[in-house]
Amino acid sequence: MSSENVLEVKDLKTYFFTNRGVVKAVDGVSFRLKAGETLGLVGESGCGKSITCLSILKLVPAPAGRIVGGEIIFEGENLLPKSEREMRRIRGRKISMILQDPMVSLNPLYTTGEQVAEPVKIHQKLAPNLVWEKVKEMLGLVKIPSPEVRMKEYPHQMSGGMRQRIVGAMVLSCQPRLLIADEPTTSLDVTIQAQFLKLLKEIQQEQNLSMIIVTHDLGIIAKVCDRVAVMYAGRIVENGDVREIFYSPAHPYTKALLGSLPKMEVKEERLYTIEGQPPELHDLPPGCSFSPRCPNVKEICKQEYPPQSIIKDEHLVHCWLFTSSKDK
Amino acid sequence: MDKILVEARNVKKYFPVTSGVIFLKNFGFIKAVDDVSFDIGKGETFGLVGESGCGKTTTAKLILLLEPMTGGTIRFDGQDISKLSGPALKEYRASVQAVFQDPFSSLSPRMRVGDIIAEPIIVSASIPRNAIKDRIAEVLNVVGLRHDAHELYPHEFSGGQRQRIAVARALASNPQLIILDEPVSALDVSIRAQIMNLLHDIQQDLGVTYLLIAHNLAVVKHMSKTIGVMYLGKLVEVAESEELYLHPLHPYTQALLSAALPSHPDDQREEIVLPGEVSTPFNPPPGCRLYRRCFSAMPICAEDDPPLKEVSSGHFVSCYLY
Repeated sequence: MSSENVLEVKDLKTYFFTNRGVVKAVDGVSFRLKAGETLGLVGESGCGKSITCLSILKLVPAPAGRIVGGEIIFEGENLLPKSEREMRRIRGRKISMILQDPMVSLNPLYTTGEQVAEPVKIHQKLAPNLVWEKVKEMLGLVKIPSPEVRMKEYPHQMSGGMRQRIVGAMVLSCQPRLLIADEPTTSLDVTIQAQFLKLLKEIQQEQNLSMIIVTHDLGIIAKVCDRVAVMYAGRIVENGDVREIFYSPAHPYTKALLGSLPKMEVKEERLYTIEGQPPELHDLPPGCSFSPRCPNVKEICKQEYPPQSIIKDEHLVHCWLFTSSKDK
Repeated sequence: MDKILVEARNVKKYFPVTSGVIFLKNFGFIKAVDDVSFDIGKGETFGLVGESGCGKTTTAKLILLLEPMTGGTIRFDGQDISKLSGPALKEYRASVQAVFQDPFSSLSPRMRVGDIIAEPIIVSASIPRNAIKDRIAEVLNVVGLRHDAHELYPHEFSGGQRQRIAVARALASNPQLIILDEPVSALDVSIRAQIMNLLHDIQQDLGVTYLLIAHNLAVVKHMSKTIGVMYLGKLVEVAESEELYLHPLHPYTQALLSAALPSHPDDQREEIVLPGEVSTPFNPPPGCRLYRRCFSAMPICAEDDPPLKEVSSGHFVSCYLY
């Protein structure tokens, strides 16, 4: 079972030590990812989705941020004790990352071809003429029309969708095993977003790539993910198969998130809302962090964080509503 | 539609593209809004959807009189807004307000919430000075903020609360039309529903009219009675929201709907992918703007602009297929 896991994160804790106190951005996150599988990490801003991803690559902004506990097992090896030098050989080659805004991840002073060539030169050590062949091949893979011309152009000469595909070519050039995409389509238009998600899905199937997609949009999860992990205030509150989560959500927060989405098929007058705001991470309420906003809150919720309960197969939830009867 | 509040007819906005310092050379025009006509009924919500650069926001700016029109007319309550001046113009400015996308940049960080909300009232002088304080308390109550919020600064509020302040400011001068330019896209999922419900309640209670601009189709469909779809400065289709969703006629509307994200994993629609990307609105060639990307393009499409035609009651489309 565990041998086919590409990535296993166990009880990961990433804290930020600030003047205002310790911010527990990621507080005991565990999940597994199999080869060829797509995991969606969903939650509101500040819930720790992005920091979880940065922790996997060990790119947490230091010195304030530190991974203080847990294990990140990638292809059978724990990444946490690895040195910076060893990590450099993994980043971009075995684990790659796509960020939200392609204009920020591309350098405006280099041509797109040079930027796609960079990881190839560093990690694969190909002969110069072969590098350019590879760049052309990668641009073709992400469906950039006339790659020979486009690789000599600069990022500002391209549209947003095309820039994001250039970033795609860059991160996929070394055939990574794991791709982390942090809000990959948030800055794109609706039809361009559909194109890009379709492209990612096709490439994933071809290369048996594992993906983690970070998003706040449940629509993206429904479209491309196999499994979903719902995060709230630094913890995963529910984790399971995408259909399980959409059709029988267990955690009140997941239910509320799904209920607050306007749907195209049905006409409703009012949307379901969650009262209040997400909590400040340096000042979390005791017990379950969702308890002040939860419609099903009980006395115990305010005192102790709920343990993990298994609803069905791999459908896990942290909520006191499911602990007593169904556990064990 | 009982009574029409905003009547836009053949509205055009062209931005000239020039170069040189003293002797400006004109290279042509960016046709940001080109021959757009629509009606907004009183107390209703009219949604404008389309991708970035299609002219949604420019249309809103024309209604707000922030940009002069190149051609066409916009009538507000029967009056041509480009001819307003003096007190009538002042009154118009008070009766049309806007809420913008990002509540972090639309509220001045140096002003107290009370001053932010009072500004449109003071400028329009719509109510006497001694009544301003009561009005501030009233609108804060409408948007669900505590009445002592007027003493605080915007940074003391979260994103959702700031958007409530922006709504309160828009309501302060008692407007008839509020332009909502992407009012929820910068907010978190759980906060979005709160703001959408708030806007819905305000419309029910006060009878204000909304012009909603958004790119999220589910949001537009949920909030609007009528929806207009824009593509490269042209209004390609207008219909009641239910009708538009069930029977999209224009190829672009069909593609846009098919690209919308599903609401659950088994909601797999047939995907209509338009090849290529949106071309530029700079000196567009004659004919339909979608011609080069359209899957059912005909020779006539390249020659002349298709007119906006009423296909069934209240459903207008600009396409030679119909």
